[in-house]
Amino acid sequence: MRHLLSTADLGRDQALTILDTAEDMASVSGREVKKLPTLRGRTVVNLFFEDSTRTRISFEVAAKRLSADVINFSAKGSSVSKGESLKDTAQTLQAMGADGVVIRHPASGAPHTLAHAGWIDAGVVNAGDGTHEHPTQALLDAFTIRRRLHGAAGRGRDLDGVSVTIVGDILHSRVARSNVWLLHLLGARVRLVAPATLLPVGIGDWPVEAGYDLDAAVAEGPDVLMMLRVQAERMHDAFFPGEREYSREWGLTDERLARLPATTMVMHPGPMNRGLEISAAAADSPASTVLDQVANGVSVRMSALYHLLAGEE
Amino acid sequence: MTRIVLQSADIGRALTRISHEILESNKGPDGLVLLGIPTRGATLARRIGALLSGIAGAAVPVGSLDVTMHRDDLHRNPTRAPQPTEIPAEGIDGRVVVLVDDVLFSGRSIRAALDALQDLGRPAAVRLAVLVDRGHRELPIRPDFVGKNLPSSREERVNVRLSEVDGGEDEVTIA
Repeated sequence: MRHLLSTADLGRDQALTILDTAEDMASVSGREVKKLPTLRGRTVVNLFFEDSTRTRISFEVAAKRLSADVINFSAKGSSVSKGESLKDTAQTLQAMGADGVVIRHPASGAPHTLAHAGWIDAGVVNAGDGTHEHPTQALLDAFTIRRRLHGAAGRGRDLDGVSVTIVGDILHSRVARSNVWLLHLLGARVRLVAPATLLPVGIGDWPVEAGYDLDAAVAEGPDVLMMLRVQAERMHDAFFPGEREYSREWGLTDERLARLPATTMVMHPGPMNRGLEISAAAADSPASTVLDQVANGVSVRMSALYHLLAGEE
Repeated sequence: MTRIVLQSADIGRALTRISHEILESNKGPDGLVLLGIPTRGATLARRIGALLSGIAGAAVPVGSLDVTMHRDDLHRNPTRAPQPTEIPAEGIDGRVVVLVDDVLFSGRSIRAALDALQDLGRPAAVRLAVLVDRGHRELPIRPDFVGKNLPSSREERVNVRLSEVDGGEDEVTIA
């Protein structure tokens, strides 16, 4: 594997290998010496053109636990704010000898361009591009689901027959797109629930069932209920009448939480809008995997960096 | 041309002798931990563990130690998927760790294993048991317990088959 740009590029065996290696990485995080010498002498650049806390820190921790040198680069306070192009930034990184580039960019396809334009030799990891993909988030979600269901015995297993319902702003969600491809690849049944205005055009080609009614989806008692963040920064149109109506129709309220089976896990990629798409009680309930997702994010990103950067050039 | 070096019964006798030697040098089973290097070293460690409990009448903790992340040739080969590391609940601090591997060749895997151990704790001592020592060491590493010394040329391939991993009969061949 040279780059990780989209979960649609992954084969089933590749995806399972990343998840299985993440199990080994998770055991490192539980030790006193949380460090492996694997990427010693390699340089990983975190290239963030969009705000992020958890993803950037997660990648930084992951790279450091593998002993790589990490350089953080954010568009604010860099030459990008003086108008430097992606190409010039990339060539600068190339000249400095970056081995891996983790990129987040507001434009869909920017990581693809960076990987294939011939500007750099580094392996490229997509850490979220526009409304396109966020592959490591999907991998950590799949890893979290597998760990909750099977514990340590999950190694080598896929998600055959697991029912996953993804709720909310599908239209703008790169998390939803990456999850749809990956969960389908691993054998899960994916259902999307959203206001009609927030379901993308062309969803008929996706391997999913789509609906508008969250109460009906809750009544089915899915194994996983994944709530998406309402992305206020991308809501440039009137997609729904108001926050209260959104919360009432498509939010995971205390009352809907009570109707879910005790075995259903509640996921959220973060950051959460408490009281909007998820109630505080749901976010903090034992069913919630929010903090597991953060911890597992480090393991999965260590695994991805290992598979991208450790092998021969 | 493939030649059989050890057959199933030979392997069984070698492991029994190694087990006795481990107990002799450690003056009993106290404080021992066996760590096999996956894949076949881990299988051999489990077999030696079972033999030790049979001989000494006390269970000896057995685990596995993956060295993939500590190898010095990672950048020269395609990426390999690591195997599980399982450290027994007793830990390795202050214990006598016996590393178990199938074939000792350059010694580089053992060097990686020593590095991996260092991150897990501080054993009282580390010993090395191997089923086959084929020579050609590239590092100052020497086994304490050897099933068979097998003079070989660098170009030859030594192949260990174990029933738990490979199915069929146990066998060591050289080609």
